[in-house]
Amino acid sequence: MSYLEYRVQTVPTGLSKILHLNWGLVLLLTAVSSVGFLMLYSVAGGSLQPWAEPQMKRFALGMVGMLVIAIVPIYFWRNVAALAYGASVLLLVAVELIGTTGMGAQRWIDIGFMRLQPSELMKITLVMFLAAYYDWLDIRKVSRVFWVILPVIIILLPTFLVLRQPDLGTAILLVAGGGLVMFAAGVHWAYFAAVIGAGVGLVTAVFQSRGTAWQLIKDYQYRRIDTFLDPESDPLGAGYHITQSKIALGSGGWTGRGFMQGTQSRLNFLPEKHTDFIFTTLAEEFGFVGAASLLTLYALIIVFCLASAMTNKDRFASLLTIGIAATFFLFFAVNMSMVMGLAPVVGVPLPLVSYGGSAMLVLLAAFGLVQSAHVHRPRGRS
Amino acid sequence: MRRAPRDTEESARRITRRGLILGGSMLGFMGVLAGRMRYMQVDQADTFRLLAEENRINIRLIPPARGLIFDRNGVEIAENVQNYRIVIVREDAGDLEQTFAKLRSLVPLSDDDVERALREIRRRSPFVPVTIADQLAWEDVAEVAVNAPALPGVTPEVGLTRHYPLGEDFAHVVGYVGPVSDHDLGKLTNPDPLLQIPKFQIGKVGLEAKSEDLLRGSAGTKRIEVNAGGRVMRELSRQEGQKGADLQLTINTGLQNFVNARLSTESAAAVVMDVNDGDILAIASSPSFDPNLFVRGISIKDYRNLTENDHRPLANKSVQGTYPPGSTFKMVTALAAHEAGVVTAGETIYCGGYKQLGTRRFHCWKRGGHGWVDLHDSLMRSCDVYYYELAERVGIENISKMARKLGIGIRHDLPMSAVAEGLAPTKAWKESRRQESWMVGDSLNASIGQGFVLASPLQLALMTARIATGEGIRPRLVKSIDAVEQPILTDGPIGISPTTLKQVQKAMYSVSNSRRGTAYRARLLPEEYKMAGKTGTSQVRSVVVNNKTVPWEQRDHALFVCFAPYDKPRIAVSVVVEHGGGGSTAAAPVARDIVARALHGSLPPMDVFPSGERDKIAEIWENMPLRRDDTDGTGNDRA
Repeated sequence: MSYLEYRVQTVPTGLSKILHLNWGLVLLLTAVSSVGFLMLYSVAGGSLQPWAEPQMKRFALGMVGMLVIAIVPIYFWRNVAALAYGASVLLLVAVELIGTTGMGAQRWIDIGFMRLQPSELMKITLVMFLAAYYDWLDIRKVSRVFWVILPVIIILLPTFLVLRQPDLGTAILLVAGGGLVMFAAGVHWAYFAAVIGAGVGLVTAVFQSRGTAWQLIKDYQYRRIDTFLDPESDPLGAGYHITQSKIALGSGGWTGRGFMQGTQSRLNFLPEKHTDFIFTTLAEEFGFVGAASLLTLYALIIVFCLASAMTNKDRFASLLTIGIAATFFLFFAVNMSMVMGLAPVVGVPLPLVSYGGSAMLVLLAAFGLVQSAHVHRPRGRS
Repeated sequence: MRRAPRDTEESARRITRRGLILGGSMLGFMGVLAGRMRYMQVDQADTFRLLAEENRINIRLIPPARGLIFDRNGVEIAENVQNYRIVIVREDAGDLEQTFAKLRSLVPLSDDDVERALREIRRRSPFVPVTIADQLAWEDVAEVAVNAPALPGVTPEVGLTRHYPLGEDFAHVVGYVGPVSDHDLGKLTNPDPLLQIPKFQIGKVGLEAKSEDLLRGSAGTKRIEVNAGGRVMRELSRQEGQKGADLQLTINTGLQNFVNARLSTESAAAVVMDVNDGDILAIASSPSFDPNLFVRGISIKDYRNLTENDHRPLANKSVQGTYPPGSTFKMVTALAAHEAGVVTAGETIYCGGYKQLGTRRFHCWKRGGHGWVDLHDSLMRSCDVYYYELAERVGIENISKMARKLGIGIRHDLPMSAVAEGLAPTKAWKESRRQESWMVGDSLNASIGQGFVLASPLQLALMTARIATGEGIRPRLVKSIDAVEQPILTDGPIGISPTTLKQVQKAMYSVSNSRRGTAYRARLLPEEYKMAGKTGTSQVRSVVVNNKTVPWEQRDHALFVCFAPYDKPRIAVSVVVEHGGGGSTAAAPVARDIVARALHGSLPPMDVFPSGERDKIAEIWENMPLRRDDTDGTGNDRA
């Protein structure tokens, strides 16, 4: 049963769709992004340049993009899902061939007006394609071996390409994000043991390949993992990031040092203070109260998305929304774990807060899809 | 594609179920994150905050200004002057090679300087200023400042360094400072953190070293905020240190300059002391050197010149050098014997040119002998046999006791380097040091200041002062510390009967003022300048030599001690001229000039000297390196 078989007349049309947007979600996204502007303003030493202002412009652009995507009927997105996935994979291949190397990793394609990071796009198109796949798949076949192996391949293909860049953070997000969509789609419990097994196998392979000619990740990534396992071993070398991050975060106390009063980030003790480690600045300046508030905003976004998904009768829309919520969750869960010393430093930004064009635009586009699903949800007779 | 309504229901149910599980897990994990956040930010906040402070705050020391040194009239002897240096900050500098080439055309830079600077630049962070050249002339620095546009990253800086405006005059008294060495640090168990500052100056020799703790002051601190690269961001707070104490010496710079100039190129020493309070008015050792050379870092060539000079300019002969006092010791023997009652002042002893002791003959310097002499004549004419006789009667223990009473054989507590103890020998001393028993002949030698007896010029001046007053005054070099007057120390009356003392003083007066006195030619005419002295000639070798024909280093030491004015003693002077020949010809005229200068308060007019001596004196004064503008600050020297 497809969307068109529902009562079309109950679905809003034209500009009136705007009224049916999930406005609570829009408000939450704006709130989280504003926290980001504030922090970027602070780490720049009280200046809109070089980070806060470009970030605001991208947010504005992203919001417009989100509205456009939200207005487009959800069935269109389902129909282009496979295409989007294919295109993203091709872009990843293109990065491999012609991409620009930044920070020791090949991640960008320069497309004139901006640098495109296909791996960011991939996180969303993978979720889209998986949602479309399960929408298409007969619900009774979901747990059959062949129909489980297929999405696993769909997930592992871009994962492999991303690992080659190398970008461990995105690879983890892709595997975990894809896995969560499969879980939501109702794949049998037993398979997850297998998927997790495969993950453990991959980690083992990564460690086993160390020092050999076919080593899967770069030396610096190995060192980061070593450091995570024992940060005290090298406090000024590789352990520096984690140690300094914990110091900044811990020194915040209940209410923090106050806006623009954070010493650790301002004095450059923190690495990547405007991207991956921006949360520590927030924690230092606004303390536990500020950090917990941001976490609450994130939690509310997840709750809003899940609530929208569970009340949506359209299978693609539900799975897509859950998948995006899960990916979003993974973003900040991994990032926060990382800065608190619970996970290795893998280079995952704090969603909507960290400075970064591709991530911001792609995330808002993803929430555009969530909005589209929400706006175009099948309504019951009334 | 069509889907059965049943399937749709099933799909929605499954999604809801799994969605709830997912949502629950996510919120659960967020709870874990929040818990971890609480643990770090609230429970461990203090620990982390401490770590954060350690991270960002550095404590830097502010070196205190070193205490100044003045003379008794407030003339600066040691000052802190601005020291110009040029530093370079690499991140502001353009092409280093070009910059250095340009610099070398402006200021004198050696290849070593450039190489050292370049090495330092490579080693340090780009924002750390590196010193290229130190101790520059103001003109050089001005040159750099004018050419600043062509020298990016190069800036002149100013700091403080020690300077001794009076140069050579105080090299042996005040000494000099130099940068802390590893050797210095190794000697201290708990070194002042200030000493860790690169090139921090501490006293190396003399008063600068001995009074280091007073002069150094205490460090201030500033708390500065640094970033992860170590760059200073701002100063958070500052606690000023305590400047070093200013020392006022008892020395009179004008007199010191005169004494130094008068000794000139001789290998000699002289001490001028106030007999009433023990103040050292001048204390010179010659030849001297410019202490500023050491502050800057002396060149190997200059240093070799100082160490290879046979006149030993680096030795402070005034307190460190000890000499057989020769006949100047006769007062000690005389006082010992008369106080012990083994002889009376009027008693005459026959001098036949020698004294027979067993198989040995002890000769008088005058081969033909002096005939019958009493205390007065023996001292005035410096008869040796008289004192041999006294020594035989009174014994060495009494002589040594008297010597120590008068300050010989005692280490005096002066803040100068290597203050010597001298030697007033006793029987026990000889037995423990030489494993030989004391012989009467040793006493005879000691009685005329030969043999084992050793005294420094300081001790000789002190001896003379104590004879002049009968008071056990102690020498004093530091008059006040930070304007707090230091106590005048005395051991009390030395316990010699005034009659005996008077007789010795009178004899000394005759030495300088009687026609038959050994120092008659070196007398002063005005009544208020009349000296009472004693010449001394001490043998360097044990045979009598002709001082005109033997090499310099084998000639006798010339000594002279005196106090003046005789009626109302104010100053005591000792002069030792190493290998100068006779005390009456080499040492007494120097002492006479010093007394005249000290009592007059400035260069005295020629009419204070006997007319026959004036031309010779005028010629010597004309040629000596004296600062002509010097008169004593008070006009009338209180000495």
